[in-house]
Amino acid sequence: MLDLIRVSKTFNPGTINEKKALVDLDLHLDDGEFVTVIGGNGAGKSTLLNAVAGVWPIDGGRILLGGEDITSLPEHKRAVHIGRVFQDPMMGTAPNMQLEENLALALRRGQKRGLKWGVTKLEREDYRALLADLGLGLEDRLTAKVGLLSGGQRQAVTLLMAALRRPKLLLLDEHTAALDPATAEKVLELSDRIVSESQLTALMITHNMTDAIRHGSRLIMMDEGRIILDVSGEEKKKLTKRELIDRFAQSAGYALESDQTLLSKN
Amino acid sequence: MSIQAYFSSLSLLKLLRNLPGGVAQGLIWGLMALGIYITFRLLDVADLTVDGSFTTGGACAAMMILAGHGPWAALAAALLAGMLAGLCTGLLHTKLGIPAILAGILTQFALYSINLHIMGMAANRALSVDKYPLLLSSRHIPSAIGKGLAIAAVLVALMYWYFGTEQGSAIRATGNNPAMSRALGINIDNMKVLGLSLSNGVVALAGGLMAQYQGFADINMGRGAIVIGLAAVIIGEVLFRALFKRYINFSIMLAFTVLGGVLYYLVVVVVLWLKLDSNDLKLFTAVIVALFLAVPHFRDRNQHSFRGGKKEEVSGNA
Repeated sequence: MLDLIRVSKTFNPGTINEKKALVDLDLHLDDGEFVTVIGGNGAGKSTLLNAVAGVWPIDGGRILLGGEDITSLPEHKRAVHIGRVFQDPMMGTAPNMQLEENLALALRRGQKRGLKWGVTKLEREDYRALLADLGLGLEDRLTAKVGLLSGGQRQAVTLLMAALRRPKLLLLDEHTAALDPATAEKVLELSDRIVSESQLTALMITHNMTDAIRHGSRLIMMDEGRIILDVSGEEKKKLTKRELIDRFAQSAGYALESDQTLLSKN
Repeated sequence: MSIQAYFSSLSLLKLLRNLPGGVAQGLIWGLMALGIYITFRLLDVADLTVDGSFTTGGACAAMMILAGHGPWAALAAALLAGMLAGLCTGLLHTKLGIPAILAGILTQFALYSINLHIMGMAANRALSVDKYPLLLSSRHIPSAIGKGLAIAAVLVALMYWYFGTEQGSAIRATGNNPAMSRALGINIDNMKVLGLSLSNGVVALAGGLMAQYQGFADINMGRGAIVIGLAAVIIGEVLFRALFKRYINFSIMLAFTVLGGVLYYLVVVVVLWLKLDSNDLKLFTAVIVALFLAVPHFRDRNQHSFRGGKKEEVSGNA
């Protein structure tokens, strides 16, 4: 489904702030895989997701999605196949537009936007049902401005929007980091449900080792722009936090002072 | 002059006589403000092209009518010319990466020469209502008000429809959250160019109406149009908020923008009636606009420092 072939990205090349964010990175995702990405600050997790989303061009290598080379496609064209949820709950929705207008924008991701009315009656009923499923009482607030919703509600809506038109790939960039623990748990549960119901291929960054182990079918750990650990299947299910820290030390060649390094958020 | 002599020199009758003309002219500024609403409120860009494109519209309409075309054809030409001006600003901004404000200033600056060329290198062109079939004129104010209202109603309806469509929604989304819009597959550069074109088209259309109303096109007729337009938008919004507790409907918001233009111009009429020097009018307008622009700022600040403290925390965290 997704292939990254020797992808590299350096920020501020040739300056004192030069930062090799991705170093000849290879990654292959099978159809339907749900991969959690973990790593310390500056390990390259967000850079990896942004490279796939096309936020900026990469320096070298190729990115293929569903067999199609998307390396040189701009962000809005890649969006045809990619659904995204950001770390900042404010970033995924348009605050001054109505809830149903936001959903309608998402339903038309990758479609031609013509002179037909922006929200149809028929889809409004779908939205009501989908929002009722969230259990956040949003089904009666279709015409409310999204800016009036809480961060957790907005993040749940963004998740719904990302999957509304089934994407080939779902990118979750620490999407629970800015939420309180209870809300974060709910949003993670919802992520699991959406991924499994629509059988999506997904990449989820998290700073929380427990979440990384508990969710998804495969776990990769990054350090200094490389993938240093890649665990899936039964092996991943049996993984513990302690083991993760030990294996980090083995692969990275240096030990973590504490698990706080991995737990800290970007 | 003593204060008493000053007051006794003011004739209430004269003010009443001048009010209908103020309404007619205010309606045209209000129409222009609809164009400014597109950039300022929907696209979230302060587009300074309008000072030039308003004149472009007036110049095009005047020259078309002088060449023997009808007033509607003249307005169509004004609309197209304005859209071209907006297209230039949009391309300067998106293709050449020039900040939107600077791109607008550049186009506006260039338009001065272009407008002179349109008018055959004359600084103004007279359009006598006796000689030409004009759509509206300051000589027939009741009819001008009626036609102004009709055009405003049509334009508000058109804008309400367009910005409710998929394409119009994409323009609004671009202004509201560009990062989200890109992630949802919207080409935000195209949407900005489109929005700027439409906005300047409306502004130039108003310029074409103004040239007909006042009976001439002048190279300086657009000077300060952006400030007057902002004044209309803001007066309309403040009034809207005062009357309705919550957001009701986009078309009503647009109607209030037109009303804002009328109110603005009525204030101008009163100020002139009070015998203030008309040369001080721009200073006066700038002060009024600054005050009204500050209203939402101070209201937000009050909310944040008391009840809204928690809200600030959330956005600071993100």
